[in-house]
Amino acid sequence: MANSIKVRANVKSGVTVVKTLINHPMETGMRKDKKTDKMIPAHFIQEVTCEHNGKNVLTAQWGTAVSKNPYLSFKFTGANAGDSLKVSWVDNQGQSDSIESKIK
Amino acid sequence: MNTNRRSFLKTSATAGAVSVAVSAGLLTPRAVLAAWPKNAFEAKDVNSALTAAMGDTTLTDSGDINLKAPDIAENGAVVPITVTSTIPGTESISILIPNNATPLAASFTLSSNTEGYVSTRVKMGKTSDVVAVVKAGGKLYSSKKEVKVTIGGCGG
Repeated sequence: MANSIKVRANVKSGVTVVKTLINHPMETGMRKDKKTDKMIPAHFIQEVTCEHNGKNVLTAQWGTAVSKNPYLSFKFTGANAGDSLKVSWVDNQGQSDSIESKIK
Repeated sequence: MNTNRRSFLKTSATAGAVSVAVSAGLLTPRAVLAAWPKNAFEAKDVNSALTAAMGDTTLTDSGDINLKAPDIAENGAVVPITVTSTIPGTESISILIPNNATPLAASFTLSSNTEGYVSTRVKMGKTSDVVAVVKAGGKLYSSKKEVKVTIGGCGG
């Protein structure tokens, strides 16, 4: 699953605001497929990590209650424009993706 | 959550080593995920979720936590939640929804230069309080707000 993450990070007076959107079904495992009457297996992101210049700034651990195509926003200090920011996720089926972008 | 994992997360050097190991293909993502607190996320009530995630259930109400959520959510599948904590030394922010099948929705571990602010969107099965739990200096602080849900976001 390439390019499942969109990241926007902007520095304003020393504080970097990061906004991310991930394309993911986030199935709870409690929903039924109406056509086949079978349960749709759980498929959700368990861990999202964000690194600024290789240093971890945020680790999010998610359960099934996070919405489909999750949105995540957070703020941190100490970054400059042009620094690298890496966002990666791993789901309960072992799939994962990551993206590296520049802070603006 | 056991203390080994806490110290593991805090040691960014260790975290770096793990990510190097992952990129080198030494560890599969599944092996890394062993650290995901399954007990906490599968707990059926708030107290057992808190015990599994934080090892404590004593919550102190705090006015320093600002929990922003809608009064009425028309669609329970997408409820925007923003938590801002001005408590010094905020280590983690968790979002719990007591009336969901599994109350613990999300838990965010912050580094020392990350501000006490997270915003995300969650699913809510029915009208419930939303509880933000902030861990700072080994103590748990909380703030809650009721969100009325007109169409549930779980099941279908």
